[in-house]
Amino acid sequence: MTKLPTWADVVLVPLISLALAAIISAFVLLGIGQSPTEAFWVMVDGALGSAYGWGYTLYYATSFIFTGLAVTVAFHGSLFNIGGEGQAQLGGLGVALVCLALPWPHWTMALPAAMVGAALFGAAWAAIPALLQAKRGSHIVITTIMFNYIASALLIYLLVNVLRPAGQMDPATANFPPGTHLPTLNEIPILNLIFTKKVPANISLFVALICCWLVWLLMWRTRLGYEIRAFGKSEKAATYAGISSFKIIMIAMLISGALSGLMAINNVMGESGRLVQNASEGAGFIGIAVALMGRNHPLGVLLAAILFGFLYQGGAELGLWTTIPIELRTVVQGLVILFTGALDQMVRMMLGVFFRPRPQARAA
Amino acid sequence: MGGGRPTSAAPSSRPFAIELKGISKSFGPVQANKDINIAVPKGTIHGIIGENGAGKSTLMSILYGFYKADAGEIFVNGNLTAIPDSQSAIRAGIGMVFQHFKLVQNFTVLENVVLGAEDGALLRPSLAKARKSLQDLAQEYELDVDPDALVEDLSVGHQQRVEILKALYRQAEILILDEPTGVLTPAEADHLFRILKGLRDQGKTVILITHKLREIMEATDNVSVMRRGTMVGTVKTAQTSPEELAELMVGRKVLLEVEKKPAHPGKVVLSVQDLRVKDEIGVERLKGVSFEIRAGEILGIAGVAGNGQSELLAALGGIQRAAGTVTMNGAVLPLVGADANGRARREAGIGHVPEDRQTLGLIMDFTAWENVAFGYHNEPKYQKNSLLMDNDAIRADTEKKMATFDVRPPIPTLAAKNFSGGNQQKIVVAREIESDPDLLLIGQPTRGVDIGAIEFIHKQIVALRDAGKAILLVSVELDEIMSLSDRIAVMFDGRIMGFRDPETTNERELGLLMAGVSGDAA
Repeated sequence: MTKLPTWADVVLVPLISLALAAIISAFVLLGIGQSPTEAFWVMVDGALGSAYGWGYTLYYATSFIFTGLAVTVAFHGSLFNIGGEGQAQLGGLGVALVCLALPWPHWTMALPAAMVGAALFGAAWAAIPALLQAKRGSHIVITTIMFNYIASALLIYLLVNVLRPAGQMDPATANFPPGTHLPTLNEIPILNLIFTKKVPANISLFVALICCWLVWLLMWRTRLGYEIRAFGKSEKAATYAGISSFKIIMIAMLISGALSGLMAINNVMGESGRLVQNASEGAGFIGIAVALMGRNHPLGVLLAAILFGFLYQGGAELGLWTTIPIELRTVVQGLVILFTGALDQMVRMMLGVFFRPRPQARAA
Repeated sequence: MGGGRPTSAAPSSRPFAIELKGISKSFGPVQANKDINIAVPKGTIHGIIGENGAGKSTLMSILYGFYKADAGEIFVNGNLTAIPDSQSAIRAGIGMVFQHFKLVQNFTVLENVVLGAEDGALLRPSLAKARKSLQDLAQEYELDVDPDALVEDLSVGHQQRVEILKALYRQAEILILDEPTGVLTPAEADHLFRILKGLRDQGKTVILITHKLREIMEATDNVSVMRRGTMVGTVKTAQTSPEELAELMVGRKVLLEVEKKPAHPGKVVLSVQDLRVKDEIGVERLKGVSFEIRAGEILGIAGVAGNGQSELLAALGGIQRAAGTVTMNGAVLPLVGADANGRARREAGIGHVPEDRQTLGLIMDFTAWENVAFGYHNEPKYQKNSLLMDNDAIRADTEKKMATFDVRPPIPTLAAKNFSGGNQQKIVVAREIESDPDLLLIGQPTRGVDIGAIEFIHKQIVALRDAGKAILLVSVELDEIMSLSDRIAVMFDGRIMGFRDPETTNERELGLLMAGVSGDAA
């Protein structure tokens, strides 16, 4: 197979994959008697056409950045952390416990504490599968999936039986004190000139961006990142270099779990202001697709997270303004994941034809 | 002989089995084959020799239909033949035995031979037919293999025979073998050459691709030499010498013998007492080994692969748990627990060039500079501050090492997998030697390494010894052990059978020790 130039590999392949996903989606829409162009413009207009739409797109993107980075860090250590969903739910529990513990005077104090809570709980939830992998070789994919179910059941139990205030009907915690309210983009000076209406995207977006930078720094500038990547590429060679597999599995998974958990400052603390059942809404799983499409690089994760934010918000708009069923959003997402994640090798092969060096003229 | 002269070494009364005219092939900017002309007379063994990356495999891939040549013509038995895919090659009577076998491990020999050449929808008639012809082939060519054995149970040498049988079963008249002895023991290699000579005597044509001079001299009738994508010349094997071939291959004079002054051993650096290693399933692989190495001395470990040498290196390198007593510069090394690891051994002054550079010594997806720091990434000189690594310093250091060790191409940002075998090995050797160890463990230093690089690596090992360092050399190449070592220990079945002085011993004596026939019961 012809090797593509870097720019084609990084820019062209994802774009073509997206285009293919869009074309197939269009056929699906035609098949159910809807107009693809109309659907496309509803999505674009609703998600990207206004500051208000961007406020939602970026809100979803913030969550996906956290979970995408979580998958990325683990993946560099060749650990496939499918447990982002459960870790994000536990992160929500950590955030809720911190926020409800004190009558926080101001968000600047509440946010760091909530971040610690979210990261600790997320990391703790990843620690058990990590330990099972490192000590007993239980496959991390299996155990993290199982821990998603346990997390979900645990949260339902806690919300129904422990955290629900007396007299409240729905399984959720009490509302967090006002001092924990994170400023949304329309409440931040200067940005409020752009975002004039209330939007859910909040200051967590900037935490997420800082995390992108920190993950990049960790993976490519520190000894720990070097060891994680070395271990991920070749476990045998890592032993030769004296890199402890136990240490790497544990640390990579703890960081991964912490990043997933951190997502909760966006949805639980920033948006709903209380912990509800299934707060993470599948963002943990979307993180896998985001990391896959973003080639396990923080910058790629950022871009892929915005794309999936667009799909989420645009999909919601479809439900609002058209008769296209909301399930179609899942179909479109599925196609995007299929083409960008699973089939990008196919796109690369097709592109290879164009980048093949031209045959030399026949020597006489 | 002049470079690039057209090839006709044998009398051409008969048509050539294979004749290639003006074959060119490039991959992007790299021209792998430049206007290659070669003629292989029928009924001969024709060697194609050249360093790694000289274009031998590309040329054979074109002949077998894997690549399409950019220009040029292929004649088979005098007829212009198009070979767009391997099916056409097989139809033209060309069979190929790859370096890495393409066998189904959990199929029997018979099933593997028939696979892809079944006659009809039902298997039984094909299998019966194949069984009959396997018996004939076995008698004719010393190609004995139990047709009902599972391939996974066969030794490497036997698996190779299955590959040859596959080709013959498909009526191959021309057999191409790509580096066939890389995986064989000396005895298996000898047997292979007997088989090839048998095939030749029956009128088949054999093309043998290798970078080992000895095999060319031993097994071929004619030899064509390639260098950097061009055909340098074709000669009759009987009329040439290893020295001449080496010079043709490399393009300059090459020292095949290692030049070294007498050793001046100093104090004991490494002392090993009753070292034992068990593998994962509890079988003892190293059964009580004891020896000492002094400063300024090379101890060579000879032996057939798989007799405990790998475990010895792994135990000393901190990769494998072991029992016994190992003292390094007077301090006892931990052999079990968390302190027995590669990093602790490096800190104790032990450098380690592992036998398998591609799975242990290097991370193939990492760049050269990342690999230069591999195992030494905690060194203070590679740190910017307590948190961050100093990647610029590592890259600068890599450039220096690449210059000193003549790594080509000298590009620190190139991934390790994109270097040739010899240059990969130079990167590992550079890293370990330049870390200035008191003891260097070095396993198979020149496996898969081309001649020019072998000469260079041998010089570096001797220079390190002359600088007063202790060296433990493990190699399955007896020549290498004989020419480099100051003392030779022979291993068999996890034990040292005896120590010999390379000045007074000979290959026969070592060979008997290696086979466990005689020994001093050390």
